[in-house]
Amino acid sequence: MSDTLRKTPLHALHVELGAKMVPFAGYDMPVQYPLGVLKEHQHTRASAGLFDVSHMGQVIVRATGGYDAAARATEVLVPVDLLGLAQGRQRYGFFTNDQGGILDDLMLANRGDHLFVVVNAACKDADIAHMRAGLEGCEVEEITDRALLALQGPAAEGVLQALVPGVAEMKFMDVAIVDSRFGELWISRSGYTGEDGYEISVHADQAQGLARALLAHDAVEPIGLGARDSLRLEAGLCLYGHDIDSGTTPVEAGLTWAIQKVRRAGGARAGGFPGAGIILDQISNGAPRKRVGLRPDGRAPMREGTALFTDAEGGTPIGAVTSGAFGPTLGAPMSMGYVPAALSAPGTPLYGEVRGKRMPVTVAELPFVPANFKR
Amino acid sequence: MKFTEDHEWLLSDGDVVVVGITEHASEQLGDVVFVELPEVGTQVAKGDEVVVIESVKAASDIMAPIDGEITEINDSLTDDPGKVNEDPMGAAWFFKIKPTDDGQIDGYMDEDAYKDFID
Repeated sequence: MSDTLRKTPLHALHVELGAKMVPFAGYDMPVQYPLGVLKEHQHTRASAGLFDVSHMGQVIVRATGGYDAAARATEVLVPVDLLGLAQGRQRYGFFTNDQGGILDDLMLANRGDHLFVVVNAACKDADIAHMRAGLEGCEVEEITDRALLALQGPAAEGVLQALVPGVAEMKFMDVAIVDSRFGELWISRSGYTGEDGYEISVHADQAQGLARALLAHDAVEPIGLGARDSLRLEAGLCLYGHDIDSGTTPVEAGLTWAIQKVRRAGGARAGGFPGAGIILDQISNGAPRKRVGLRPDGRAPMREGTALFTDAEGGTPIGAVTSGAFGPTLGAPMSMGYVPAALSAPGTPLYGEVRGKRMPVTVAELPFVPANFKR
Repeated sequence: MKFTEDHEWLLSDGDVVVVGITEHASEQLGDVVFVELPEVGTQVAKGDEVVVIESVKAASDIMAPIDGEITEINDSLTDDPGKVNEDPMGAAWFFKIKPTDDGQIDGYMDEDAYKDFID
Protein backbone atom coordinates (compact mmCIF):
# COMPACT_ATOMS: atom_id res chain seq x y z
CA MET A 1 0.00 0.00 0.00
CA SER A 2 2.56 2.55 1.10
CA ASP A 3 4.81 2.03 -1.96
CA THR A 4 1.96 2.98 -4.25
CA LEU A 5 1.46 6.24 -2.35
CA ARG A 6 3.25 9.30 -3.64
CA LYS A 7 5.51 11.32 -1.39
CA THR A 8 5.97 15.08 -1.25
CA PRO A 9 9.48 16.60 -1.06
CA LEU A 10 8.87 17.08 2.68
CA HIS A 11 7.95 13.46 3.42
CA ALA A 12 11.20 12.64 5.26
CA LEU A 13 10.82 15.78 7.36
CA HIS A 14 7.28 14.81 8.41
CA VAL A 15 8.51 11.40 9.54
CA GLU A 16 11.45 12.98 11.36
CA LEU A 17 9.05 15.35 13.16
CA GLY A 18 7.02 12.37 14.38
CA ALA A 19 3.97 12.89 12.18
CA LYS A 20 1.26 10.28 11.93
CA MET A 21 1.08 9.61 8.19
CA VAL A 22 -2.12 8.66 6.36
CA PRO A 23 -3.08 8.16 2.71
CA PHE A 24 -4.74 11.28 1.28
CA ALA A 25 -5.53 11.84 -2.41
CA GLY A 26 -2.88 9.29 -3.38
CA TYR A 27 -0.18 10.80 -1.16
CA ASP A 28 1.30 9.71 2.16
CA MET A 29 0.49 12.84 4.19
CA PRO A 30 0.81 13.97 7.83
CA VAL A 31 -2.59 14.00 9.57
CA GLN A 32 -1.08 15.21 12.83
CA TYR A 33 2.21 15.74 14.62
CA PRO A 34 2.95 14.94 18.28
CA LEU A 35 1.27 18.22 19.32
CA GLY A 36 -2.12 16.78 18.32
CA VAL A 37 -4.97 18.15 16.23
CA LEU A 38 -6.52 20.38 18.91
CA LYS A 39 -3.27 22.15 19.87
CA GLU A 40 -2.14 22.39 16.25
CA HIS A 41 -5.41 24.16 15.46
CA GLN A 42 -5.07 26.55 18.39
CA HIS A 43 -1.43 27.23 17.62
CA THR A 44 -2.28 28.26 14.05
CA ARG A 45 -4.92 30.75 15.28
CA ALA A 46 -2.63 32.12 18.00
CA SER A 47 0.74 32.13 16.23
CA ALA A 48 1.68 30.37 12.97
CA GLY A 49 1.34 26.93 11.46
CA LEU A 50 3.30 25.37 8.61
CA PHE A 51 1.37 23.06 6.28
CA ASP A 52 2.69 20.86 3.49
CA VAL A 53 0.23 21.23 0.62
CA SER A 54 2.60 19.94 -2.05
CA HIS A 55 0.04 17.34 -3.08
CA MET A 56 -1.99 20.13 -4.68
CA GLY A 57 -1.61 20.71 -8.41
CA GLN A 58 0.35 23.71 -9.72
CA VAL A 59 -0.35 24.52 -13.34
CA ILE A 60 0.86 27.21 -15.73
CA VAL A 61 -1.35 28.21 -18.66
CA ARG A 62 0.40 30.07 -21.47
CA ALA A 63 -0.88 31.40 -24.76
CA THR A 64 0.92 33.17 -27.59
CA GLY A 65 -1.19 36.24 -26.91
CA GLY A 66 0.12 36.41 -23.30
CA TYR A 67 -1.98 36.60 -20.15
CA ASP A 68 -5.08 38.08 -21.82
CA ALA A 69 -5.25 35.26 -24.36
CA ALA A 70 -4.79 32.62 -21.64
CA ALA A 71 -7.42 34.37 -19.50
CA ARG A 72 -9.90 34.60 -22.37
CA ALA A 73 -9.45 30.90 -23.14
CA THR A 74 -9.83 29.89 -19.48
CA GLU A 75 -13.02 31.92 -19.08
CA VAL A 76 -14.61 29.22 -21.26
CA LEU A 77 -14.17 26.78 -18.36
CA VAL A 78 -14.62 29.01 -15.29
CA PRO A 79 -17.31 31.62 -14.51
CA VAL A 80 -14.72 34.05 -13.19
CA ASP A 81 -13.60 37.46 -14.51
CA LEU A 82 -10.03 36.59 -15.48
CA LEU A 83 -9.59 39.34 -18.10
CA GLY A 84 -10.30 41.86 -15.37
CA LEU A 85 -7.84 40.32 -12.94
CA ALA A 86 -4.91 42.68 -12.36
CA GLN A 87 -1.34 41.53 -12.71
CA GLY A 88 -0.04 40.19 -9.38
CA ARG A 89 -3.51 39.26 -8.13
CA GLN A 90 -5.35 35.97 -7.75
CA ARG A 91 -8.98 34.94 -7.59
CA TYR A 92 -10.91 31.95 -6.29
CA GLY A 93 -12.91 30.07 -8.91
CA PHE A 94 -14.16 26.70 -10.09
CA PHE A 95 -14.50 24.51 -13.13
CA THR A 96 -18.19 23.87 -13.84
CA ASN A 97 -19.95 21.11 -15.77
CA ASP A 98 -22.91 21.30 -18.14
CA GLN A 99 -25.34 20.73 -15.24
CA GLY A 100 -23.90 23.73 -13.39
CA GLY A 101 -22.08 21.45 -10.93
CA ILE A 102 -18.55 22.06 -9.67
CA LEU A 103 -15.74 19.87 -11.07
CA ASP A 104 -13.14 21.39 -8.76
CA ASP A 105 -12.43 24.65 -6.98
CA LEU A 106 -9.16 26.42 -7.59
CA MET A 107 -7.04 29.56 -7.38
CA LEU A 108 -6.23 31.54 -10.53
CA ALA A 109 -3.45 34.14 -10.66
CA ASN A 110 -2.38 36.74 -13.21
CA ARG A 111 1.41 36.45 -13.33
CA GLY A 112 2.04 38.95 -16.11
CA ASP A 113 2.69 36.79 -19.16
CA HIS A 114 0.73 33.71 -18.04
CA LEU A 115 -2.02 32.35 -15.81
CA PHE A 116 -1.02 30.31 -12.74
CA VAL A 117 -3.53 27.86 -11.33
CA VAL A 118 -3.57 25.82 -8.10
CA VAL A 119 -6.01 22.90 -7.98
CA ASN A 120 -6.99 20.19 -5.49
CA ALA A 121 -4.82 17.10 -5.22
CA ALA A 122 -7.65 14.61 -5.72
CA CYS A 123 -8.83 16.37 -8.90
CA LYS A 124 -5.55 17.45 -10.47
CA ASP A 125 -5.22 14.74 -13.13
CA ALA A 126 -8.81 15.28 -14.25
CA ASP A 127 -8.39 19.08 -14.08
CA ILE A 128 -5.28 19.04 -16.25
CA ALA A 129 -6.96 16.77 -18.81
CA HIS A 130 -10.00 19.09 -18.72
CA MET A 131 -7.78 22.14 -19.31
CA ARG A 132 -5.78 20.48 -22.10
CA ALA A 133 -9.02 19.52 -23.85
CA GLY A 134 -10.84 22.80 -23.25
CA LEU A 135 -8.27 25.61 -23.42
CA GLU A 136 -7.96 26.51 -27.06
CA GLY A 137 -4.58 27.78 -28.18
CA CYS A 138 -3.03 27.33 -24.74
CA GLU A 139 -0.12 25.36 -23.43
CA VAL A 140 -1.00 23.69 -20.12
CA GLU A 141 2.09 22.83 -18.08
CA GLU A 142 1.85 20.86 -14.85
CA ILE A 143 4.59 21.88 -12.45
CA THR A 144 5.97 18.71 -10.88
CA ASP A 145 9.33 19.89 -9.51
CA ARG A 146 8.01 22.28 -6.87
CA ALA A 147 6.66 21.85 -3.36
CA LEU A 148 3.87 24.02 -1.93
CA LEU A 149 3.97 25.16 1.70
CA ALA A 150 1.37 27.20 3.56
CA LEU A 151 2.35 29.41 6.48
CA GLN A 152 -0.81 30.52 8.26
CA GLY A 153 -1.64 32.55 11.35
CA PRO A 154 -1.09 36.00 12.84
CA ALA A 155 2.68 35.44 13.20
CA ALA A 156 3.09 34.32 9.56
CA GLU A 157 3.88 37.81 8.24
CA GLY A 158 6.71 38.48 10.68
CA VAL A 159 8.25 35.05 10.27
CA LEU A 160 8.24 35.08 6.47
CA GLN A 161 9.29 38.74 6.20
CA ALA A 162 12.48 37.90 8.15
CA LEU A 163 13.40 35.24 5.59
CA VAL A 164 11.95 36.88 2.48
CA PRO A 165 12.02 40.67 2.85
CA GLY A 166 9.12 42.43 1.15
CA VAL A 167 6.35 39.90 1.70
CA ALA A 168 4.84 42.03 4.49
CA GLU A 169 3.77 44.55 1.85
CA MET A 170 1.68 41.98 -0.01
CA LYS A 171 -2.09 42.26 0.50
CA PHE A 172 -4.63 39.45 0.73
CA MET A 173 -4.77 37.62 -2.65
CA ASP A 174 -1.60 39.29 -4.00
CA VAL A 175 0.85 36.99 -5.76
CA ALA A 176 4.57 37.57 -6.35
CA ILE A 177 7.63 35.83 -7.73
CA VAL A 178 10.50 36.54 -5.36
CA ASP A 179 14.19 35.59 -5.34
CA SER A 180 15.40 34.25 -2.02
CA ARG A 181 18.13 32.13 -0.51
CA PHE A 182 15.77 29.22 -1.18
CA GLY A 183 15.74 30.00 -4.89
CA GLU A 184 12.78 31.49 -6.72
CA LEU A 185 9.64 31.47 -4.59
CA TRP A 186 6.11 31.84 -5.92
CA ILE A 187 4.22 33.45 -3.07
CA SER A 188 0.55 34.27 -2.63
CA ARG A 189 -1.01 35.92 0.41
CA SER A 190 -3.83 33.46 0.91
CA GLY A 191 -4.66 30.17 2.53
CA TYR A 192 -7.31 27.80 3.78
CA THR A 193 -7.58 28.58 7.48
CA GLY A 194 -9.35 31.94 7.72
CA GLU A 195 -6.10 33.41 9.03
CA ASP A 196 -3.68 35.77 7.38
CA GLY A 197 -0.82 33.89 5.77
CA TYR A 198 1.00 32.80 2.67
CA GLU A 199 1.23 29.91 0.27
CA ILE A 200 4.77 29.45 -0.96
CA SER A 201 5.77 27.40 -3.99
CA VAL A 202 9.44 26.41 -3.77
CA HIS A 203 11.66 24.16 -5.87
CA ALA A 204 11.58 20.60 -4.51
CA ASP A 205 15.34 20.68 -3.80
CA GLN A 206 14.94 23.76 -1.57
CA ALA A 207 11.67 22.78 0.11
CA GLN A 208 13.19 21.12 3.15
CA GLY A 209 15.59 24.00 3.70
CA LEU A 210 12.74 26.50 3.60
CA ALA A 211 10.52 24.36 5.86
CA ARG A 212 13.33 23.95 8.40
CA ALA A 213 14.08 27.68 8.35
CA LEU A 214 10.40 28.44 9.03
CA LEU A 215 10.13 25.78 11.74
CA ALA A 216 13.25 27.21 13.42
CA HIS A 217 11.08 30.12 14.61
CA ASP A 218 9.49 29.57 18.01
CA ALA A 219 6.27 30.94 16.55
CA VAL A 220 5.94 28.14 13.98
CA GLU A 221 4.70 24.56 14.48
CA PRO A 222 4.09 21.95 11.79
CA ILE A 223 0.37 21.35 11.27
CA GLY A 224 -1.30 18.25 9.83
CA LEU A 225 -4.37 17.61 7.71
CA GLY A 226 -6.53 17.09 10.82
CA ALA A 227 -6.19 20.68 12.00
CA ARG A 228 -6.29 21.93 8.42
CA ASP A 229 -9.80 20.51 8.23
CA SER A 230 -11.09 22.02 11.50
CA LEU A 231 -9.48 25.39 10.64
CA ARG A 232 -11.11 25.58 7.21
CA LEU A 233 -14.47 24.45 8.58
CA GLU A 234 -14.45 27.17 11.26
CA ALA A 235 -13.64 29.61 8.44
CA GLY A 236 -16.68 28.34 6.49
CA LEU A 237 -14.54 27.20 3.55
CA CYS A 238 -15.68 24.35 1.32
CA LEU A 239 -13.83 21.06 0.99
CA TYR A 240 -14.15 19.69 -2.53
CA GLY A 241 -15.74 16.24 -2.66
CA HIS A 242 -17.64 16.97 0.56
CA ASP A 243 -19.26 20.44 0.65
CA ILE A 244 -19.11 20.93 -3.10
CA ASP A 245 -18.97 18.42 -5.95
CA SER A 246 -20.23 17.80 -9.46
CA GLY A 247 -23.82 17.73 -8.12
CA THR A 248 -23.76 21.11 -6.34
CA THR A 249 -23.92 24.42 -8.17
CA PRO A 250 -21.94 27.50 -7.09
CA VAL A 251 -25.23 29.24 -6.23
CA GLU A 252 -26.40 26.39 -3.99
CA ALA A 253 -22.95 26.36 -2.41
CA GLY A 254 -23.12 30.08 -1.56
CA LEU A 255 -20.21 30.85 -3.88
CA THR A 256 -22.03 33.34 -6.12
CA TRP A 257 -19.62 36.03 -4.86
CA ALA A 258 -16.89 34.33 -6.90
CA ILE A 259 -18.83 34.95 -10.15
CA GLN A 260 -18.11 38.58 -10.99
CA LYS A 261 -20.84 40.80 -12.50
CA VAL A 262 -19.19 40.79 -15.93
CA ARG A 263 -19.90 37.04 -16.21
CA ARG A 264 -23.49 37.27 -14.96
CA ALA A 265 -26.68 38.04 -16.92
CA GLY A 266 -26.35 41.55 -18.36
CA GLY A 267 -22.56 41.56 -18.01
CA ALA A 268 -20.20 42.27 -20.94
CA ARG A 269 -19.03 38.64 -20.99
CA ALA A 270 -22.13 37.00 -19.48
CA GLY A 271 -22.17 33.21 -19.47
CA GLY A 272 -19.98 31.33 -21.90
CA PHE A 273 -18.95 28.69 -19.35
CA PRO A 274 -20.33 25.15 -18.83
CA GLY A 275 -23.72 25.14 -17.12
CA ALA A 276 -24.09 28.91 -17.52
CA GLY A 277 -27.83 28.65 -18.26
CA ILE A 278 -28.55 26.89 -14.97
CA ILE A 279 -26.12 28.93 -12.87
CA LEU A 280 -27.23 32.34 -14.21
CA ASP A 281 -30.88 31.35 -13.78
CA GLN A 282 -30.19 30.39 -10.14
CA ILE A 283 -28.41 33.70 -9.54
CA SER A 284 -31.51 35.54 -10.79
CA ASN A 285 -34.25 33.31 -9.38
CA GLY A 286 -32.64 31.52 -6.47
CA ALA A 287 -31.47 27.94 -6.00
CA PRO A 288 -33.73 25.26 -4.52
CA ARG A 289 -31.26 24.50 -1.75
CA LYS A 290 -28.43 26.30 0.02
CA ARG A 291 -25.24 25.43 1.83
CA VAL A 292 -25.57 26.63 5.42
CA GLY A 293 -23.68 26.63 8.68
CA LEU A 294 -25.15 24.45 11.41
CA ARG A 295 -24.59 24.70 15.16
CA PRO A 296 -25.62 21.60 17.14
CA ASP A 297 -27.15 22.60 20.48
CA GLY A 298 -25.20 20.03 22.49
CA ARG A 299 -21.54 19.06 22.38
CA ALA A 300 -21.93 16.07 20.05
CA PRO A 301 -20.49 16.78 16.59
CA MET A 302 -22.78 16.11 13.62
CA ARG A 303 -20.50 14.57 11.04
CA GLU A 304 -20.69 14.21 7.27
CA GLY A 305 -23.78 12.27 6.24
CA THR A 306 -25.92 13.21 9.26
CA ALA A 307 -29.53 13.45 8.02
CA LEU A 308 -31.40 16.69 8.79
CA PHE A 309 -35.09 16.94 9.69
CA THR A 310 -37.57 19.69 10.50
CA ASP A 311 -39.14 17.79 13.40
CA ALA A 312 -38.00 15.85 16.43
CA GLU A 313 -39.90 12.82 15.18
CA GLY A 314 -41.10 11.44 11.88
CA GLY A 315 -40.86 13.00 8.44
CA THR A 316 -38.26 12.49 5.76
CA PRO A 317 -34.79 14.07 5.66
CA ILE A 318 -34.77 17.60 4.25
CA GLY A 319 -31.01 17.70 3.85
CA ALA A 320 -27.71 16.37 5.11
CA VAL A 321 -24.47 17.44 6.73
CA THR A 322 -21.51 17.61 4.33
CA SER A 323 -18.78 18.44 6.87
CA GLY A 324 -18.86 18.32 10.64
CA ALA A 325 -16.37 18.46 13.46
CA PHE A 326 -15.63 20.03 16.81
CA GLY A 327 -14.37 23.60 16.44
CA PRO A 328 -11.48 24.11 18.84
CA THR A 329 -11.61 27.92 18.55
CA LEU A 330 -15.41 27.96 18.51
CA GLY A 331 -15.39 25.69 21.55
CA ALA A 332 -18.37 23.83 20.16
CA PRO A 333 -19.33 21.43 17.40
CA MET A 334 -20.05 22.88 13.95
CA SER A 335 -21.25 21.54 10.63
CA MET A 336 -22.05 22.61 7.12
CA GLY A 337 -24.75 21.06 5.01
CA TYR A 338 -27.47 21.60 2.44
CA VAL A 339 -31.06 22.50 3.28
CA PRO A 340 -34.02 23.76 1.20
CA ALA A 341 -33.82 27.52 0.59
CA ALA A 342 -36.94 28.07 2.73
CA LEU A 343 -35.12 26.57 5.73
CA SER A 344 -31.76 28.29 5.16
CA ALA A 345 -32.20 31.46 7.25
CA PRO A 346 -29.85 31.71 10.24
CA GLY A 347 -31.74 30.82 13.40
CA THR A 348 -33.90 28.16 11.74
CA PRO A 349 -34.25 25.25 14.18
CA LEU A 350 -33.67 21.79 12.72
CA TYR A 351 -32.80 18.29 13.93
CA GLY A 352 -29.89 16.08 13.00
CA GLU A 353 -30.08 12.34 13.52
CA VAL A 354 -27.02 11.19 15.48
CA ARG A 355 -26.82 7.52 16.44
CA GLY A 356 -30.56 7.13 15.89
CA LYS A 357 -31.51 10.15 18.02
CA ARG A 358 -32.81 13.49 16.71
CA MET A 359 -30.63 16.22 18.20
CA PRO A 360 -31.48 19.94 17.92
CA VAL A 361 -29.31 22.00 15.57
CA THR A 362 -29.65 25.62 14.46
CA VAL A 363 -28.85 27.13 11.06
CA ALA A 364 -25.98 29.58 11.63
CA GLU A 365 -24.06 32.30 9.79
CA LEU A 366 -20.77 31.36 8.13
CA PRO A 367 -17.95 31.65 8.96
CA PHE A 368 -18.14 30.26 12.49
CA VAL A 369 -14.93 32.10 13.37
CA PRO A 370 -14.34 35.52 11.71
CA ALA A 371 -11.57 35.69 9.13
CA ASN A 372 -8.37 37.52 9.93
CA PHE A 373 -7.16 38.46 6.44
CA LYS A 374 -4.89 41.40 5.68
CA ARG A 375 -6.97 43.17 3.06
CA MET B 1 -6.62 -3.97 37.35
CA LYS B 2 -7.94 -5.94 34.37
CA PHE B 3 -7.95 -5.04 30.67
CA THR B 4 -10.22 -5.88 27.73
CA GLU B 5 -9.30 -6.32 24.09
CA ASP B 6 -11.37 -3.17 23.48
CA HIS B 7 -8.79 -1.23 25.53
CA GLU B 8 -10.92 -0.70 28.60
CA TRP B 9 -9.56 -1.03 32.12
CA LEU B 10 -11.58 -2.45 35.02
CA LEU B 11 -10.77 -1.85 38.66
CA SER B 12 -12.64 -3.59 41.49
CA ASP B 13 -13.55 -1.12 44.22
CA GLY B 14 -15.61 -2.74 46.96
CA ASP B 15 -18.77 -4.10 45.41
CA VAL B 16 -18.47 -2.08 42.19
CA VAL B 17 -16.11 -2.11 39.20
CA VAL B 18 -14.70 1.18 37.86
CA VAL B 19 -14.35 1.32 34.06
CA GLY B 20 -12.25 3.59 31.84
CA ILE B 21 -10.12 3.41 28.70
CA THR B 22 -6.39 2.83 28.57
CA GLU B 23 -3.62 5.31 27.80
CA HIS B 24 -3.08 3.40 24.54
CA ALA B 25 -6.74 3.84 23.57
CA SER B 26 -6.73 7.56 24.36
CA GLU B 27 -3.62 8.05 22.23
CA GLN B 28 -5.23 6.20 19.34
CA LEU B 29 -8.44 8.23 19.62
CA GLY B 30 -6.70 11.60 19.55
CA ASP B 31 -8.12 14.65 21.33
CA VAL B 32 -11.49 13.77 22.82
CA VAL B 33 -14.12 16.49 22.35
CA PHE B 34 -17.36 14.82 23.47
CA VAL B 35 -18.37 12.11 25.92
CA GLU B 36 -21.90 10.75 26.34
CA LEU B 37 -22.42 8.65 29.47
CA PRO B 38 -25.20 6.20 30.39
CA GLU B 39 -27.79 6.98 33.03
CA VAL B 40 -27.27 5.84 36.59
CA GLY B 41 -29.50 2.85 37.32
CA THR B 42 -29.31 1.43 33.79
CA GLN B 43 -29.07 -2.35 33.63
CA VAL B 44 -26.53 -3.31 31.00
CA ALA B 45 -25.36 -6.56 29.45
CA LYS B 46 -21.78 -7.29 28.40
CA GLY B 47 -21.30 -5.89 24.89
CA ASP B 48 -23.98 -3.16 25.16
CA GLU B 49 -22.86 0.26 23.88
CA VAL B 50 -22.82 2.38 27.02
CA VAL B 51 -20.55 5.34 26.26
CA VAL B 52 -20.03 7.37 23.10
CA ILE B 53 -16.72 9.17 22.67
CA GLU B 54 -16.07 11.64 19.89
CA SER B 55 -12.52 12.67 19.17
CA VAL B 56 -11.28 15.17 16.63
CA LYS B 57 -11.11 12.19 14.27
CA ALA B 58 -14.25 10.09 14.77
CA ALA B 59 -16.92 8.68 17.04
CA SER B 60 -16.29 5.50 19.02
CA ASP B 61 -18.48 3.35 21.24
CA ILE B 62 -17.44 1.94 24.58
CA MET B 63 -19.07 -1.38 25.41
CA ALA B 64 -20.11 -2.64 28.83
CA PRO B 65 -17.34 -5.13 29.71
CA ILE B 66 -19.59 -7.08 32.11
CA ASP B 67 -23.28 -7.47 33.02
CA GLY B 68 -24.56 -5.28 35.82
CA GLU B 69 -26.09 -1.99 36.93
CA ILE B 70 -24.54 1.43 36.35
CA THR B 71 -24.20 2.91 39.85
CA GLU B 72 -22.23 6.10 39.17
CA ILE B 73 -21.01 8.10 36.17
CA ASN B 74 -18.17 10.59 35.86
CA ASP B 75 -20.20 13.71 34.99
CA SER B 76 -17.10 15.90 34.87
CA LEU B 77 -16.20 14.36 31.49
CA THR B 78 -19.25 15.93 29.86
CA ASP B 79 -17.91 19.44 30.48
CA ASP B 80 -14.24 18.54 30.17
CA PRO B 81 -13.84 15.71 27.64
CA GLY B 82 -10.12 16.53 27.31
CA LYS B 83 -9.59 14.78 30.66
CA VAL B 84 -9.79 11.49 28.76
CA ASN B 85 -6.47 12.40 27.10
CA GLU B 86 -4.90 13.93 30.21
CA ASP B 87 -5.59 11.20 32.74
CA PRO B 88 -7.32 8.22 31.10
CA MET B 89 -6.20 5.74 33.78
CA GLY B 90 -7.27 7.92 36.71
CA ALA B 91 -9.48 11.02 36.84
CA ALA B 92 -11.17 10.17 33.52
CA TRP B 93 -12.92 6.98 34.59
CA PHE B 94 -16.29 6.65 32.80
CA PHE B 95 -18.67 4.75 35.04
CA LYS B 96 -18.99 2.35 37.96
CA ILE B 97 -20.91 -0.86 37.51
CA LYS B 98 -22.26 -3.31 40.11
CA PRO B 99 -21.58 -6.74 38.59
CA THR B 100 -24.34 -9.31 38.29
CA ASP B 101 -21.66 -12.01 38.34
CA ASP B 102 -18.53 -11.25 40.35
CA GLY B 103 -16.54 -13.85 38.40
CA GLN B 104 -17.07 -12.23 34.99
CA ILE B 105 -14.15 -9.82 35.43
CA ASP B 106 -11.68 -12.67 36.01
CA GLY B 107 -11.71 -13.63 32.34
CA TYR B 108 -9.95 -10.41 31.29
CA MET B 109 -6.23 -9.78 30.82
CA ASP B 110 -3.89 -8.65 33.56
CA GLU B 111 -1.49 -5.76 32.93
CA ASP B 112 1.32 -7.91 31.49
CA ALA B 113 -1.01 -9.71 29.13
CA TYR B 114 -2.48 -6.38 27.98
CA LYS B 115 0.99 -4.94 27.33
CA ASP B 116 1.78 -7.98 25.18
CA PHE B 117 -1.58 -7.54 23.44
CA ILE B 118 -0.89 -3.95 22.34
CA ASP B 119 2.73 -4.56 21.28
